[in-house]
Amino acid sequence: MLAYMVRRLIYAVPILIGVNLITFALFFMVNTPDDMARAQLEAKQTTPEMIQAWKQSHGYDKPLFVNNESSGLDTVTETLFVQESLKLFMLDFGQADNGRQISEDIQERMWPSLAIALPTFLIGLVTNIALALLIVLFRGSVLDTATMIVAVAIMSISGLFYIIAGQVLFSKMLHWVPISGYESGWEMWRFLILPVAIGVFAGLGAGVRWYRSIFLEEINKDYIRTARAKGLSEIRLLFGHLLQNGLLPILTGVVVIIPTLFMGSLIMESFFGIPGLGSYTIDAINAQDFGIVKAMVFLGALLYIIGLILTDLSYAFFDPRVRFDQ
Amino acid sequence: MLSRPGRLQTFSVKGVFWLLLALTLLTLTGCSEDGVWNRPYSDEQARTNTLFSNFATPPKHLDPVRSYSANEWAIISQVYEPPLQYHYFKRPYTLEPLTLTQMPQQRFLDAQGREREATSEDVAMTEYHFHLRDDIRYHPHAAFARDAQGRFLYHALSEQQLDRIKRPADLPESGTRRLKAQDYTLAIKRMAITANHSPILGTMRELIVGLADYSDRVSKKPLTIKQLRESSVKGVEVHSDTHFSIRIHGRYPQFLYWLSMNFFAPIPWEALAFYRQPGLVKKNLSLDTYPVGTGAYQLLDNNPNRQMRLVRNPHYQHGTYPTEGLPDEADPDLLADGGKPLPLIDEVVYLLEKESVPLWNKFLQGYYDASGVSSDSFDQAISVSSQGDLSLTSEMQQKGIQFLSAVEPTVFYLGFNMDDPVVGGYDKTARKLRQAISIAVDMEEYISIFLNGRGVAAQGPIPPGIYGYERNRDHFNDVIYQWSDHGPVRRPLDEARQLLAEAGYPDGKTPEGEPLTLYYDTPATGPDAKSQLNWYRKQLAKLGIELVIRATDYNRFQEKVRGAKVQLFSWGWNADYPDPENFLFLLSGDQAVINSNGSGVNASNYDRPQFNQWFQQVKRMPNGPERQALIRKMVKLVQEDAPWVWGLHPKSVSLFHDWYRNVWANPMANNTLKYHRLEAAKRVEKQQAWNQPVVWPLWVLALLIMASVYPLVSAYRRRQRQTLVGNTAQNAVQNRAADESKAAPSTSSRKSGEGPSC
Amino acid sequence: MMAPLWSDYMIWLLVVALWGWGLILRRSPQVREQWIQIFQSRIAMVSAIILLAYASVALLDSVRFDTAQKGQITLLDMAFESIATQSERTYSAPFADREYNQSLVTRDNGDVEQQYLPLKWVQAEVSIGWATLQVLLSAALLTALLVGLHLAWRARVHKLGLAEYGRNVWRDQTRLPWRTAYVTVLLMLFVWGWLGYLSQFYHVLGTDKVGQDVLYTAIKSIRTGVLIGVLTTLVMLPLALFLGISAGLFKGWVDDAIQYLYTTLNSIPGVLLIAAAVLVMQTILNNNPQWFGSTEERADLRLLFLVFILGMTSWTGLCRLLRAETLKLSQVDFVTSARAFGVSRLTIIVRHIMPNVMHIVLIAVVLDFSGLVLAEAVLSYVGVGVDPTTHSWGNMINQARLEMAREPMVWWSLFSAFVFMFLLVLAANLFSDRVQKVLDPRTQTR
Repeated sequence: MLAYMVRRLIYAVPILIGVNLITFALFFMVNTPDDMARAQLEAKQTTPEMIQAWKQSHGYDKPLFVNNESSGLDTVTETLFVQESLKLFMLDFGQADNGRQISEDIQERMWPSLAIALPTFLIGLVTNIALALLIVLFRGSVLDTATMIVAVAIMSISGLFYIIAGQVLFSKMLHWVPISGYESGWEMWRFLILPVAIGVFAGLGAGVRWYRSIFLEEINKDYIRTARAKGLSEIRLLFGHLLQNGLLPILTGVVVIIPTLFMGSLIMESFFGIPGLGSYTIDAINAQDFGIVKAMVFLGALLYIIGLILTDLSYAFFDPRVRFDQ
Repeated sequence: MLSRPGRLQTFSVKGVFWLLLALTLLTLTGCSEDGVWNRPYSDEQARTNTLFSNFATPPKHLDPVRSYSANEWAIISQVYEPPLQYHYFKRPYTLEPLTLTQMPQQRFLDAQGREREATSEDVAMTEYHFHLRDDIRYHPHAAFARDAQGRFLYHALSEQQLDRIKRPADLPESGTRRLKAQDYTLAIKRMAITANHSPILGTMRELIVGLADYSDRVSKKPLTIKQLRESSVKGVEVHSDTHFSIRIHGRYPQFLYWLSMNFFAPIPWEALAFYRQPGLVKKNLSLDTYPVGTGAYQLLDNNPNRQMRLVRNPHYQHGTYPTEGLPDEADPDLLADGGKPLPLIDEVVYLLEKESVPLWNKFLQGYYDASGVSSDSFDQAISVSSQGDLSLTSEMQQKGIQFLSAVEPTVFYLGFNMDDPVVGGYDKTARKLRQAISIAVDMEEYISIFLNGRGVAAQGPIPPGIYGYERNRDHFNDVIYQWSDHGPVRRPLDEARQLLAEAGYPDGKTPEGEPLTLYYDTPATGPDAKSQLNWYRKQLAKLGIELVIRATDYNRFQEKVRGAKVQLFSWGWNADYPDPENFLFLLSGDQAVINSNGSGVNASNYDRPQFNQWFQQVKRMPNGPERQALIRKMVKLVQEDAPWVWGLHPKSVSLFHDWYRNVWANPMANNTLKYHRLEAAKRVEKQQAWNQPVVWPLWVLALLIMASVYPLVSAYRRRQRQTLVGNTAQNAVQNRAADESKAAPSTSSRKSGEGPSC
Repeated sequence: MMAPLWSDYMIWLLVVALWGWGLILRRSPQVREQWIQIFQSRIAMVSAIILLAYASVALLDSVRFDTAQKGQITLLDMAFESIATQSERTYSAPFADREYNQSLVTRDNGDVEQQYLPLKWVQAEVSIGWATLQVLLSAALLTALLVGLHLAWRARVHKLGLAEYGRNVWRDQTRLPWRTAYVTVLLMLFVWGWLGYLSQFYHVLGTDKVGQDVLYTAIKSIRTGVLIGVLTTLVMLPLALFLGISAGLFKGWVDDAIQYLYTTLNSIPGVLLIAAAVLVMQTILNNNPQWFGSTEERADLRLLFLVFILGMTSWTGLCRLLRAETLKLSQVDFVTSARAFGVSRLTIIVRHIMPNVMHIVLIAVVLDFSGLVLAEAVLSYVGVGVDPTTHSWGNMINQARLEMAREPMVWWSLFSAFVFMFLLVLAANLFSDRVQKVLDPRTQTR
């Protein structure tokens, strides 16, 4: 088990290097360090000296991949790519192009992201499972068909509609919740309730269908038939046997997204003015702040890989047949 | 797992009911003391003398040496005090002392430093003398805190201390000290260090005597605070704690305007020493995030991710509300607070508000005290008469909302690249082509469609309110306009077609018979951009010219302009100071991007020797008939040459609620917060009236849910009986259902980037 | 004179390719049977007809002419000529004859007053009810004609009398649900006819900020939506097929390399990757202005690049599925024995692997379609979508956000984008459900 983990972690290194390579290549195809300096300096008149000074103080004066001025190993190591990548692997995110410390900002903005992503995820999970069970209870009936059509309809509507309509209805017309914003502490829930509700609702279509299919697959198995033959009531059947057994594929399926919850939701956060990592990223793209973009891409990739490892672990944990030792 | 499933059924019916009831009660009672649910801040805050404002993008730099954006100055101008400021009310814009006892005195010197008459030919330098008031103190700050022995408490913070703080104000002790002349000279010295990235160093190097030398000397290696304090710039001298002088090359009357900018705000060395600690830098605590100044406010909280909070400076005592200078047409109530000590508002909270939509809605709900007007909320708020006068709509008037409008000292123009073989050049044909296009691009229509009338079509480079601006029967742009009873009217399109034919493009066709194709570069990509770009195409299509639009991101756009690789492009300029020189130099030859290796501001590369010569003269002259005559000649010349389609000067329109007082538009002054006043009780009252929650849908919802429980339960019972009766019949149905089960998409449902869950 | 854009070529190429593929598939009775099974479901039949309607609009919009007076126009523009050219000054509500907001008007005597200005192109004297009736009648006639032809053809195929076959259809006793199809066709004809006919007299869905007819914008957006949904999969297919099958078949270092490639791509957050790529694309476009002569060509190229980028970032999922399937297949007897007999690898791929993974490809294609149409809107919101001058639902929604904050609300842009998009995506989702159900062997075995 431990050996497996170590192997997976080692395997993650080339992937992260690849991710960095892509980020660097894409970003510097668009932006020269001169562009970045100009964008950050924001002066009406920028002189070449100012640009040079900025590049030096932000470390962009080194060549990107190959340093012809150095010799030996230094041709590769004395470059922007290697220097910056090394720092990322040490989880030192450094300084944003606008001068702020990225780690500090990430720590600060992680919590609002979680505050919205975690409830959306948990409430979504519970609601989806509950509804799916309800539908499985009435499988094959009109209710089942109708719900499935509604589910497809929910899936077919762009998330942007839910957000726009939700804000107009609940904030502008009914005055129930603030339109957008965020506050730390207990007052937070007033700002979160609408985005979380919208997030849960928008995910309902796909979620219910998915869990329903899992439960239906389960319900045809022999142990259920046996239990039913024994005269167990449907509800006991569902909550007692079905849920217990269906939970396994569900849990292993959702484990992969748990780490990425930290990254926040791009759209939700920017619509609702929640200062999380999602809006942090989107702002960085718009401002073309390479320091932040590379940090966030790296973090996203890292969390994704952790998610994959966690998935494997959860298989092993829940299903004794899976072993990693060989 | 749930061990006793048998009980679940009763639980679910009753449980849902109680849950709903509890939730409803909670939402009805628990939300707020005054029955308002959607207030985006706490109720207590609403009742205090606190102004609620917002910021769209977090200010990047609050260090005055670096900061140059309007949104940054909106904050730091409340904290820092340069020697001079603009009078709140007076027009034309007038400077007055801010931390000085009187306006700076000037002495004219020759090359050897001997004093000369102001009119003398030998004048090579000008020296300005500044005398500081002695009652000005910095706001409380940890950098000044000393122990009983007079040693600084926090200039070497321990790890422990660092762990406990999130902002400088978290440190238990604080101190203050008097403002000294050395603080001003320190600011100038900091400006010279290239690592500080001062945006005006390039200009000031040429201007302040000895600054270039000093800059080259100190930028090579980092200085200690001590070295920095002890070094000196040749032209900047400290004579006493309250007296310093600055010597500049030549005659440059506009220099005083620079001294009202934050670049010349005093910097206490204690703050530099304090913020130099690496532990603080790591926590994003620096002069760039927490300014230290003598102004009416101090920045207590700066969380660029969420909110910023200005609180009044307890040591501030040198400002009073102005008692005169109000223009005749303004509301005399504005002087009601005359003579009162400033500031009038205790606290200002800036909330992060990225999108214009929620911002506007919150303003209408009364949660923001003031708001700008975006193009989309405009016609809801303001109606425009055919003369271009603005007034509030009746809906806004009923809410008691007030508004203020002023033409900004800004010009937005459509430039031609004078270096381009097609549209550029100074011969007759190219000029006629540009003139024809200038007539065809109907700026009045642009202003009415896209700005809802919030602008004035430009007659030349100089905006209204700046010396040298003229728009009357004798002085207007007669190339593009003709005079009518209502003022200048755009010349008819036929004249443009005539000009175009004379330029060699009859009906917009090249000699080869192809339609003339021009390229238009723009960084516009927002939601509004599409219709604007279409509009530009339509304007040129009127002449038969095809306009190809190359919309790019801002970087690429800038790069193209700097490389003179554009034909037509949009650009704008915001006044640094209210003097025509600041606009005419946009067309001076030595500022042309092709002549300055891309660093100049003359993006259209206009380079006329005659104009350049006049410009040098105008630059040094004080205002007067002579200067005016010269400016007229220059403006006439560029109107003929038409290097720009003159574009427009935007009008700023701001709306504010009637509990927010003393608001006056002064586009040049930034430190105006201290004059404003609030009536918080009235605010709470209105907020309550406007935001009563509509509750009945909650009850309907609750009823619906409860009503649906019964049919579900009975359906379940029926099914349970069926299952017991015919197990085999059931199986068939189940199999069908199972068939459909696979319908759930496994590949697409987890896709990133779609739907709100991403 | 014809003046097709690059995307026009692509889309027609795709039509030809689909046609050819259809001809090949026709030969296999097994596949034919599968398709008949798909269309046996009424929902699938309705969805397919709706999808077909959207596709034909997109195709009509892809036949482009250069005209002297109006520049480039398509067949669709010709059909909707009245609303394409008749733009008003600013916002007007559906079926309104005045503008939505008051304007200040100076009268002859110099007084200023607030007025709702009349619209230029609306003929309010035309009765909506009467026009509806006219359209209904014509649609019914046209449907009757089409149904008659179709019935006659089917009857001949089944060697039945026309009357008898007609009765079967009426009683819904045919194998394919033709009755549902006929009703759908009637409805579609009616709706399109109604929109087209009434739009000559009214702005059926109102006008936008600069007075452009919203119905026209919404209809023109169909091409963008369909194009992104369809062409993207076309771009990603070869890549996914090639890499997926090679990884599964060759194993070893090839497999490692390909797995590495898609894990790396997958682990970059999707929107970030797309945004970065779009920025690169813009740079490339800006550095090569000689590639396009007009704004349309530029916008078109940008659309194609976007399609390309979406394809490049979305092949990983399918690739992984194909790899797994190929791995499984390469263990199956007929493949191992083929290899034992020395059959070349290419032949194995073409003969044995490709046909057996085709269902996965098809399912992925139909599943991705709706996701891509929705993704366009989100990307436009982030600012990395199609060109702002391109008509698209994403651009409409983006604009509509601001309109919803107005008081009174301007709801019709959002509404139109919503309805047009919803119908397409819903139809696509329902159809893909059915395709998956029939083609996915996992559901069939039970």
